[in-house]
Amino acid sequence: MATRSDKLWWYCCIASLIPLIMLLVDISQDNLGANAIQALHIRLGDWALRFLWLTLAITPLQVITQWRGMADYRQLFGLYSFFYASLHVLGYLFADHNGVWGNIAVDILESPYIWFGVFAFIVILLLAISSPKAAKKRMGKNWKKLHRYIYAASCAAMIHYFWQLKGNLAEPLFYLILLVLLLGFRILVWLQTKQFNKLMIPKGHK
Amino acid sequence: MLIKPKAAISSAEITDEQHFKQRRSLIKALLASGASGVLPVAAANAGQTPPLSATPAELVQSYNNYYEFAFDKESVRDLAQALPTDQWSLEIGGEVEKPGKFYLEDILRQQPLEERLYRFRCVEAWSMVVPWLGFPLQRLLAQVKPLSSAKFVKFTSVYQPEFMPNQERGLMLAWPYVEALRIDEAMHPLTILATGMYGNHLPKQNGAPLRLVVPWKYGFKSIKAIVKIELQSKPPVTTWNKSAPHEYGFYANVNPDVSHPRWSQATERPLGSALFTARRNTELFNGYAEQVASLYTNMDLRHFF
Repeated sequence: MATRSDKLWWYCCIASLIPLIMLLVDISQDNLGANAIQALHIRLGDWALRFLWLTLAITPLQVITQWRGMADYRQLFGLYSFFYASLHVLGYLFADHNGVWGNIAVDILESPYIWFGVFAFIVILLLAISSPKAAKKRMGKNWKKLHRYIYAASCAAMIHYFWQLKGNLAEPLFYLILLVLLLGFRILVWLQTKQFNKLMIPKGHK
Repeated sequence: MLIKPKAAISSAEITDEQHFKQRRSLIKALLASGASGVLPVAAANAGQTPPLSATPAELVQSYNNYYEFAFDKESVRDLAQALPTDQWSLEIGGEVEKPGKFYLEDILRQQPLEERLYRFRCVEAWSMVVPWLGFPLQRLLAQVKPLSSAKFVKFTSVYQPEFMPNQERGLMLAWPYVEALRIDEAMHPLTILATGMYGNHLPKQNGAPLRLVVPWKYGFKSIKAIVKIELQSKPPVTTWNKSAPHEYGFYANVNPDVSHPRWSQATERPLGSALFTARRNTELFNGYAEQVASLYTNMDLRHFF
């Protein structure tokens, strides 16, 4: 049982790199369309968002199925969300702005939709830094407090997505509905038990 | 209200923009001084204007904002081919001496086509350079003899729900699409009606058979597939302005110092840029300030955005 679960973790770990490989193939084949840089932003941003949603889906899945040992997957997908979000940010700074800091500063200051992206990224960065078991042990109760900011980060990421668009709202609407379901689940549990602790997965076992 | 008498604007407001520019250069200077050790070359090259050369036709013809067909830019080309564009007629009416309905064929017989290589800046902060084929709108308007009461020109796009999926579904905007110009903007020699690009017919996804091109305004002003032109004494209600008045003004002049409420307009991404290419610095009136700035003297461009 343990080895099978280990194997699945490794499959997930490697499969999560497929979007990056596909992106690199598309870049090398000049397959990103007329506005390649914007396409790059969208690809990486989409995958950061998808992995964030996947991370949020682990706890409800565990509560519903009573499966054990899913905390490892939550960590894995959370770190992949950070990975794609980091590439998204680096792409913005260098592939897009080519490191012209004056333009970057003006762009960020004048674009409220980017503020929400910056907030979401800072939160995810802090969660990634405090992700190792040693950090978790050291932080004690504060670890849970900090990691609940994933809810704020996911809302900020959603606004970041919505606010940059002029039309074409169908796709973000799909992610918004998923987010409402994922966060709604937590609200329901909280309403029933009046405590969030029921939502925290017990320490990882395999 | 968008249109105010000029007397209502105090001269004190007009200096606003310059202060704003100073603020921005201050930010840039501060950052450049901090980052100069890291990327001096990139910082020095930012903002230089390359010579005007046409964007590859393939890109211009495959990346289209045409919401009647689709909300994404990539599927418009295929969908637009269904629109019938032959036997096109154009109705011109309102405050004119000689209103009428004209076949495009007849109009084109009288209007020699000129090629105009124009910058085109979308409100979404991407841009391209397009060699249009067309004729100045003023020449067509002169033929119908505008009355002195004609202060605005309203343009209406085709309404063909059986060929335009988002018209059929009634999605997003109030169809048909409507745009408008002030009469002096419409009569400006840079304002053209285009019927072609890249030495060829106008592709359907780019607004065939007849579209407006106003190079100093954001792209959404340059209405596609025009079927009606009306001269009016009152400012017409335009589609994007009606849909989101605080985001899309009647004037929609390209202006790097007036941000969209949700994003900056200071820089733009030219289509076809390779990765790791700095953005182009957006110019006031899209680089046509010398020709058109006089249309807006004593106007606060921040207010009349």
